Amino acid sequence: MSHSDASIAARVRHVEALLEERGLVDAQELDRALEAFLANAKPANGKRIVARAWADTGFKARLLENANTAIEEIGLSMGGGLQQQTLKVVENTPEVHNVIVCTLCSCYPIALLGPSPAWYKSPAYRSRVVRDPRGVLAEFGFDPEGEIAVWDASAETRYLVLPRRPAATEGWDEQRLAEAVTRNGLIGTAPV
Amino acid sequence: MRFSPGDRVRTRHTDPPHHTRLPRYARGAAGTVLHDEGEHPLADDRSRGMHPVPQPVYAVRFEARELFGAGEHTVTLSLWEDYLEPL
Repeated sequence: MSHSDASIAARVRHVEALLEERGLVDAQELDRALEAFLANAKPANGKRIVARAWADTGFKARLLENANTAIEEIGLSMGGGLQQQTLKVVENTPEVHNVIVCTLCSCYPIALLGPSPAWYKSPAYRSRVVRDPRGVLAEFGFDPEGEIAVWDASAETRYLVLPRRPAATEGWDEQRLAEAVTRNGLIGTAPV
Repeated sequence: MRFSPGDRVRTRHTDPPHHTRLPRYARGAAGTVLHDEGEHPLADDRSRGMHPVPQPVYAVRFEARELFGAGEHTVTLSLWEDYLEPL
């Protein structure tokens, strides 16, 4: 089941229609707000963050300490939605590989990754990755070394994975580094 | 702040008749506080139209073995202070 055919979606559409019918909100105003938010919400943002962290160890340290203020250095923010969200960046190392999930719904750093993929919202991913992350990652064709740390975004914090920098990328500029990053790498279901 | 990084805590075991952000799989489980995530109004109360005073939320790490009886990984959840008891 996707979000668009969930019963809550039907209720939201109904409430929206009533609000418009009574002149309390303007349909175009809602569309404009959504479009403005989504126009800037894309995986390229998350990839830029990772590329900068790989290229600049000072930025990486600030990012891991306080991601909300660090990403402002490259013109990004976690605002733009209903409320400013706290961002926590978790770093992959040879010892620990991080994976993100929201078991209760589908919390996701939309501002940095764009709308989430269907599998991220699926009950199968959400229920299985906390219980058997290695089995789920194997289905993505990925067998990380080290221990696996799953992060369940159950409250107000959104998580982003900082993948390990691939070998043989010395001397690459940030743009080229960013192109090596995948959306799944930022969720933890791919190595990079 | 009632808890600090490194503190051992246990989550509540109750099954409330309303929305909660303490997932069923993590109830009654022992874990370790990693860090705090600021103060936020309790989602359980907000979902019932109440206006709760913000309270601390903590990142709490659990061993998979503690949650599921098996597994070598860890699971970290963001949990409101009300969900936790000192261990």
